[in-house]
Amino acid sequence: MDQDKASPLGTAAAWIVAFLMFFPILWMTVTAFKTETQAIAIPPIVFFRPGMESFAHATAQAGYMLFAENSIIVSFASTLLALLIAFPAAYAMAFQPGKHTQNLLVWMLSTKMLPPVGVLVPIYLICRDLGLLDTRTALIVIDMLMNLPIVVWMLYSFFRDIPRDILEAARMDGVGPRKQMIYLLLPLASPGIVSAALLAIILAWNEAFWSINLTAAHAGTLATFIARYSAPEGLFWAKLSAASVLAVAPILVFGSFAQRRLVRGLTVGAVK
Amino acid sequence: MAYAMKGAETAGRAMAQDGLARGRRRSSWLLLSPAVGMLALWAFVPLAMTLYYSFQRYNLLYPERRGFVGLLNYQLMVTDPSFWTAIVNTLLLVLGVLATTLVLGTVFALLLNQNFRGRGVARLMVIAPFFVLPPVAALIWKNLLFDPLNGLIGWLCTLMGLQPVAWFTVHPMLSLVIIVAWEWTPFATLILLTALQSLDSEQLEAARMDGAKPMSRIIYIVLPHLARPMAITVMMESIFLLSIFAEILTTTAGGPGDATTTLTYLIYIRALLDFDVGGGSAAGVLAIILANIVAFFLMRAVARNIEE
Repeated sequence: MDQDKASPLGTAAAWIVAFLMFFPILWMTVTAFKTETQAIAIPPIVFFRPGMESFAHATAQAGYMLFAENSIIVSFASTLLALLIAFPAAYAMAFQPGKHTQNLLVWMLSTKMLPPVGVLVPIYLICRDLGLLDTRTALIVIDMLMNLPIVVWMLYSFFRDIPRDILEAARMDGVGPRKQMIYLLLPLASPGIVSAALLAIILAWNEAFWSINLTAAHAGTLATFIARYSAPEGLFWAKLSAASVLAVAPILVFGSFAQRRLVRGLTVGAVK
Repeated sequence: MAYAMKGAETAGRAMAQDGLARGRRRSSWLLLSPAVGMLALWAFVPLAMTLYYSFQRYNLLYPERRGFVGLLNYQLMVTDPSFWTAIVNTLLLVLGVLATTLVLGTVFALLLNQNFRGRGVARLMVIAPFFVLPPVAALIWKNLLFDPLNGLIGWLCTLMGLQPVAWFTVHPMLSLVIIVAWEWTPFATLILLTALQSLDSEQLEAARMDGAKPMSRIIYIVLPHLARPMAITVMMESIFLLSIFAEILTTTAGGPGDATTTLTYLIYIRALLDFDVGGGSAAGVLAIILANIVAFFLMRAVARNIEE
């Protein structure tokens, strides 16, 4: 339906909308390059000599580096674990479907529907009793479980696009499931695997509920850092903005790569 | 001839498959069991515990006064006015954000579906807020934009001769709806845009040939096509919006008073600030039931699509 060129009016409207939606992020980025005085100046300062002081101050904050490291470790480790567990499951469902495969998939997806707050109390108590409060292990396991259904679903839907004959031929030649997965599926489905991984990393990185409630000074992620930063130092806008830019930038980059395939994962296939 | 060969091939394959079937079924379960087992633990154990605690008198501050109290926690909950306030607040937040994101998402998707230079960049700019860490999103709005003294919106108000507003004191719920809608409009836009791209262009072309104006093409062809994706958007968003937490914590902390205390935030206060395990669990059970009502319809839609 987009064969013919848009009217100038339509184009202008699209750009205005794009600018307005992006503006808060842009303004945060601009503020990050200001000094504290410039950041709160009224009327707002648009032209100024950008400086990196706020970034230096923000990253020198007690614990910032640890929180950034936690974010990276938790999101990558949980994603890797989810992929390792989801890969064989998706393989079995896509290439050896049984009578109950569909139901199993729907059930897996339905576990996503459980509101985290409904199980806040037991999870908190389990972590407390196991000595897992404020540990990266707890967050890695929880993020992995939260993302597992989506990763299984995405891998399954990408595996289904692979011609079955290829795997069938390999099976006829006596290639076992493990070798099929490693030598055939891994390279064939790599774009799908990458987008599943990107989505899982994004979701784990931006996960705030569990990290705020289960972690503090040791295993806190950037979400925790920013949420806590807000309380006593909310008025240091330049520093807060700098810390925020650093926390958001990597995910914006990942997101821009994955955006076309995100719909498939996020709507678990309900929209095609 | 070719058909016959194909038939023979399929038959041979079917026989081979039959022989392999049993072994494969076993290997299937082996491959599936880690994922299924973990999800089963994750889905059932905490749920059962929440249910169990909800019938207990159990406060972490007085662990010795623990015991079965039947439905007392539920009774206390429904007779507590702050619980009903939280329900109303949850509905206001969810419905307010849903309405905003659906309307804006539809308009944005239609605009971005046009053919213009730099469309990819514009689309990315619209979608970007979805990738922003929730506490960051909340703080950008709270400080840089909404702050009555140094914020951009306050300054714009004074430019136009209006009195700057202390947003979070005067319109706490509205402010929250604006922030969350900013985060979730990209989601609606992305889904509706995807749906628009699968719209049959011939149908639109035919309508145009017949002299249908752009507006009536949108109303009679495009919007009906979007009805299902819109329903999916509503259901997906409701599941996530019921759990909005970080945005409230970093802006209003549920206040002023309990003006922005939603069900999720109330459970957080009960469980982790008041240490009331029983009360928090009873409210948790209710949150699960609420989410399940939505999830039921959503999963029906999903299941139908998977089977197709």
